[in-house]
Amino acid sequence: MKAIGIILAGGNNKMMKELSNKRAIAAMPMAGSYRSVDFALSNMSNSHIKKVAVMTQYNARSLNQHLSSSKWWDFGRKQGGLFVLTPTMSADNGFWYRGTADCLYQNLDYLKSSHEPYVVIASGDGIYKMDYNKVLEYHIEKKADITVVVKKLDKGEDASRFGVVSLDDDGRITNFEEKPISTNCNTVSTGVYVIRRRQLIELIEKAASEDRYDFVQDILVRYKNVKKIYGYKLDTYWSNISTVDAYYKTNMDFLKKDVRDYFFKEYPDVYTKVDDFPPAKYNYGAEVKNSLVACGCIVNGKVENSIVFKKAYIGNNCTIKNSIVLNDVYIGDNSYIENCIVESHNTIRANSKFVGENGEIKIVIEQTSRYDA
Amino acid sequence: MIKKEMIAMLLAGGQGSRLGVLTSKVAKPAVAFGGKYRIIDFPLSNCINSGIDTVGVLTQYQPLRLNAHIGIGIPWDLDRNVGGVTVLPPYEKSTNSEWYTGTANAIFQNLEYMESYNPEYVLILSGDHIYKMDYKVMLDYHKANNADITIAAMPVPLEEASRFGIVITDENNKITEFEEKPANPRSNLASMGIYIFSWKVLKEALLKLKDQPECDFGKHIIPYCFSQNKRLFAYEYNGYWKDVGTLSSYWEANMELIDIIPVFNLYEEFWKIYTKSDSLPPQYLAAESHIERSIISEGAEIYGTVINSVLGSSVIVEEGAVVRDSIIMKNSVIKKGTVINRAIIAEDVTVGSNCELGIGEEVENTAFPKIYKGGLVTIGENSIIPDGVKIGKNTAISGITTQADYPNGILAGGGTIIKAGEV
Repeated sequence: MKAIGIILAGGNNKMMKELSNKRAIAAMPMAGSYRSVDFALSNMSNSHIKKVAVMTQYNARSLNQHLSSSKWWDFGRKQGGLFVLTPTMSADNGFWYRGTADCLYQNLDYLKSSHEPYVVIASGDGIYKMDYNKVLEYHIEKKADITVVVKKLDKGEDASRFGVVSLDDDGRITNFEEKPISTNCNTVSTGVYVIRRRQLIELIEKAASEDRYDFVQDILVRYKNVKKIYGYKLDTYWSNISTVDAYYKTNMDFLKKDVRDYFFKEYPDVYTKVDDFPPAKYNYGAEVKNSLVACGCIVNGKVENSIVFKKAYIGNNCTIKNSIVLNDVYIGDNSYIENCIVESHNTIRANSKFVGENGEIKIVIEQTSRYDA
Repeated sequence: MIKKEMIAMLLAGGQGSRLGVLTSKVAKPAVAFGGKYRIIDFPLSNCINSGIDTVGVLTQYQPLRLNAHIGIGIPWDLDRNVGGVTVLPPYEKSTNSEWYTGTANAIFQNLEYMESYNPEYVLILSGDHIYKMDYKVMLDYHKANNADITIAAMPVPLEEASRFGIVITDENNKITEFEEKPANPRSNLASMGIYIFSWKVLKEALLKLKDQPECDFGKHIIPYCFSQNKRLFAYEYNGYWKDVGTLSSYWEANMELIDIIPVFNLYEEFWKIYTKSDSLPPQYLAAESHIERSIISEGAEIYGTVINSVLGSSVIVEEGAVVRDSIIMKNSVIKKGTVINRAIIAEDVTVGSNCELGIGEEVENTAFPKIYKGGLVTIGENSIIPDGVKIGKNTAISGITTQADYPNGILAGGGTIIKAGEV
């Protein structure tokens, strides 16, 4: 493909509550076996993009560990590769990434040293499948300066946490408002952009010279009447996981057959780092209904309408209901967990009870040690 | 200069004909085991866990699946700059081209491979046993005894000892005598087919016996070395070791994994077993599903009932289907309403709806009574079973079958359907 990829994975926000204490949102576990960033990475790999940079600065340990080898997404080739770019001290810069545009500016060498004419920018918190070649074709056909992938939200979904766009009949973006207080428009930016590489370098350098640091505010919004910015409508599944409710809901979507079949069975596949865990095991007393269970799990209790990630242990006589149990969780006997997200590597002592009430999803973080209980 | 202290030679060329239709298209070491694994994963994982990073895998019978599985050895961390895993098929030579005619003959034909690593010791393994073993400890034992050959041996019940090659040792475990399948065994230490040779001794013996037809370790090399007064020691092994050479033992070994804390535990952090895993989604268990005491691999979808069974990746069990005491390998589909008892179903099989497998009394298999026994139904890979048929015990099916193959919709106990010609 004639493009390089950039995945902006630096973000953290307060909306994820304690879940983002220990990891960037892009590293959030998804759908039992994946991490959020796998979806953008797999899309890039499946679109035949050969060179991809993941730019990150917030608590990147978990993300770095996940991206420690490029082979899972087939980026480990002689040409291109997978790069993780974190802020570094240099002769003329001592700052963290002060915004998405600044993040690109600090990695301008990555853009300048590439030869591909286009850049695909994606975020690490979108759950979707997409052939970026289609967007690029559209971008070229429209002779656009920037193409933004947009998605019309379902009725009732809150658009105010996104960039809201209005398009004219030709698809050109006539209005772009970032996180409006109120809006009656429900077409939002998915955070996926296609742009000519030289154009991007020019815009980023200009923004930097004016001490402007945000890609959306200082480039998309600011230039919307000067540059030809087009919207490419995505009409397949797309979800952004950057609030606790959205994260919970997006995971639960995978219990629906159509969503599961779309991601798991239809071409192309979603790739992730492969762990060497044995198959899941169900002992006496296990009773599992409408749930996803990942490899390495041992289940002795009841699991209903839930997603159990890799290597979880669920004790005797437990009930796990409408919940998400993240990787490597140990749940002691006789525990009851409902409407919860159980943080990874947790040890839940026997006879515990956690229930998210009044429609709230409770985040369970227990620091008890597994071996001195 | 390249130098490896010990390299391993893994014999993976055998058909394993006692596994019947399971090995009609794949070599025995490539047969699936424990849901997501293949038999060869166990010796390969043992090698890397023991610190052996140079492994030659000798293939001959139906090697495609094996080659694809091993690749360049990435899953076992055996993709190395120097060493790693090398698949060694028989090859044409300017004179004397031949297949591998025996275990030692196969090793002899790869003298150059071994020589290129300049080893001090060579470990000979076979690719058809399920066990975890630290070959490093065995090597230490070999060195401590200043041995020329160390043979791993395990105690077996004395009444079964007559089925094995038995070693008789003195108080220092030095081997004083061999008995091949003795009628009245004088010891219960059975050879496991795992040998450590000091390289010079192995090379000398292989060259000396190079014209021996069907040259075999147990029959020729070991007796020859013994006759030359080499120092042979038995290394007693007391862990889990399972020969999965027959359908019954293969079925049993899989079922043993289901025990709450199995003797052979795949869930231990220590001594992991590696395999080539595809990037697969988690398994989905539907609201109407029912699971009891089972092992289920990634990507499986269960809408029916699974009891006391081992299921491979991406297996689908549809609504109302019941799978009991069975092994189902990856990508197989069990359609609606079908009931399966005590079956071994290989990869990519489709069993139609409303079938009954494993019904009726146990009747001896008419065509291959020595292979298909133990009350099992065995179905070879890529087979298709049409809707609504009934299949008895001790039966075998391979190939795309239609209603016409089942008179009155029944394959009675002891029957066999093997479709010829299809690939």
